[in-house]
Amino acid sequence: MRRYLTPFLFLSPATLLILLFFFTPVVATILLSFTDLSTTTFKNPSWVGLKNYQDLLADPFLKKIFLNTVKYVALTLAFNVGMGLLLALLTSLVPERYGDPFRALWLLPRILPPVVYVFIWQGLLAEAPMGLVSDILGVSKNWLVAAPWTVVILANGFVGASFGMLIFTSAIRSISRELFYAAAVDGATTWQTIRRVVLPMLAWPILFVTAYQTLSLLTSFEYILLLTDGGPGFYTTEVWSLRAYHLALSNYFGNVEFGLGAAMAAVLVVIGVVVSLFYLKIFNFKALVTEPKIEIY
Amino acid sequence: MKRGIPVRLEGLSKRFGKVEAVKRLDLEIGAGELVAFLGPSGCGKTTTLLMIAGIYRPTTGAVYFGDRRVDHLHPRDRDVGMVFQSYALYPHLTLFENIAFPLRLKRVPDAEVKERVQKTADLLGIGHILERKPAQVSGGQQQRAALARALVKEPQVLLLDEPLSNLDAQIRLSARAEIRRLQRDLGVTAILVTHDQAEALAMADRVAVFSMGELQQYDTPEVLYHRPKNTFVAGFVGSPPMNLIEGTFTGDGFRAGELRIPIPGAPTGKGWLGVRPEHLALGEGGHPARVLVVEPLGREVLVVAEVAGVRLQVLLPEGERPEMGSEVGIVFPEPKELHFFDETGRRIGPE
Ligand SMILES: Nc1ncnc2c1ncn2[C@@H]1O[C@H](COP(=O)(O)OP(=O)(O)O)[C@@H](O)[C@H]1O
Ligand SMILES: [Mg+2]
Repeated sequence: MRRYLTPFLFLSPATLLILLFFFTPVVATILLSFTDLSTTTFKNPSWVGLKNYQDLLADPFLKKIFLNTVKYVALTLAFNVGMGLLLALLTSLVPERYGDPFRALWLLPRILPPVVYVFIWQGLLAEAPMGLVSDILGVSKNWLVAAPWTVVILANGFVGASFGMLIFTSAIRSISRELFYAAAVDGATTWQTIRRVVLPMLAWPILFVTAYQTLSLLTSFEYILLLTDGGPGFYTTEVWSLRAYHLALSNYFGNVEFGLGAAMAAVLVVIGVVVSLFYLKIFNFKALVTEPKIEIY
Repeated sequence: MKRGIPVRLEGLSKRFGKVEAVKRLDLEIGAGELVAFLGPSGCGKTTTLLMIAGIYRPTTGAVYFGDRRVDHLHPRDRDVGMVFQSYALYPHLTLFENIAFPLRLKRVPDAEVKERVQKTADLLGIGHILERKPAQVSGGQQQRAALARALVKEPQVLLLDEPLSNLDAQIRLSARAEIRRLQRDLGVTAILVTHDQAEALAMADRVAVFSMGELQQYDTPEVLYHRPKNTFVAGFVGSPPMNLIEGTFTGDGFRAGELRIPIPGAPTGKGWLGVRPEHLALGEGGHPARVLVVEPLGREVLVVAEVAGVRLQVLLPEGERPEMGSEVGIVFPEPKELHFFDETGRRIGPE
């Protein structure tokens, strides 16, 4: 018994927090998804079983929204992780006095309030003579309407890349200098050192950033909301979480359907868990886990 | 394997901002020789080694391997193997892949890689643990794996940066002998960096003693011990270190405060008298001294005694063991066992 008690005690604060802030909302969401709670039924909601899920499946736009979500998450993720890695490598290879300011520059969009950030994008993408992009390309267009997906992915990506950049930079810095020297003496070019020494040693941070970003992208919609609000046109850039938001919190008809929104959110939770398990498997999680550094009794 | 080549350093210096880590170094290392770079921490040994390896570009000067000038070449074009102080094994690779790494980069065929890695690993006694990761083997085994990785490409020059300093005292002694034997067998030119004078004296054909980025003396261990060029080398080489007494030479002796030592044929002027602890003895008619510390070292006994205000270390053979606080007589040796240095610390005798 004692054997299990100490580890349990050590883990209990974290467990409590997880229960409180992760598990409770999930359970509440799932419970909510089995009710018909909405503005009209707010006083006395009733159990409706799987009706919300049936409605979801019956939604003719479900497939489009699902594919939009996959596209949004996959492309933004690729940009985020790839760009983060590239920035971390590039700024680590140049002397610190150049690398540090460059990295700081990339953090700016993260510090800006989203509304201001999106405002800047809209300004840049407007028609000539206001829009810088139109001026440079020499084609006057509202680029946000002309290429909504590119804009959505880049706007998200420029903010998101700085996260990976920070994590990867600190991971690269923690690699001993002698390891780079050893690779050079062994005959490795810079590229071979990156590919054969640095990247394999970044497996854990890459897994972490990929998993974390996938989950936050699945549930984030604030930049899409502010940029295109799911448009232009009919559901062009509407993603799952934005749809849930529209249904649950800003329904066109003024009737906010909490139950249906909760069902959509519950599906996201399931997708998130499945994706996480998938990542752990392809990154061979067991091999990355090390023995505890101190033993507890 | 092929024989090593001579290495020559000409006016080599390296500056990091304001710090001049290595100052105008001239040094020649013969083919197949093992030379030790000896000096206290921070004196520029590693920096010199990294310039030879090609990691650092010299601020001035040249590096020659044989007749070939190499200081502008990338490390991979220099044909050197190097063992780092931390061993710098790739943590994500097995010992096999660690040792194979230089061969893989050269696109050596698989079968040959396998054969060469196994042969080198067997030579170093780690052939049976090649499938393990570095974190799963002992420090001594990591050190051998690092050495195997340096040797597997059969380099002409082998660079060793404090390869033994992270080992237990016991393994260290056997590793000394083993590195020396391997280096002789392979005939590779080797440079061993160390701050341990005993290691340098035991392993090297010649020792280069450094202090603050400057070469102090470059000689065989015997010459370093018997004829140190200056007070720094005198104090650094030998353990326990040489006693250095500041005073005045009077032509027929040496004077330091109340202490007067008659030395026929002594020089004149201010300077330092050096005498090794093992050349001092206790006996009747010696200079009256008081024993301050008695430290048994196993086979010998180290005594710290005070003679007329001067503290001296005396190394006594087994069996002799004065009481702490007792009065003894200290006997100075023949003049040929003494060392004379001038005011600036430069050796002036005896010839
Ligand atoms: N990359 C570097 N940047 C700045 N200073 C350095 C660097 N490498 C070494 N130094 C300085 O150069 C001097 C010699 O260092 P090093 O060659 O490592 O000494 P050793 O190996 O003899 O202990 C030290 O003062 C050290 O602080
Ligand atoms: Mg060093």
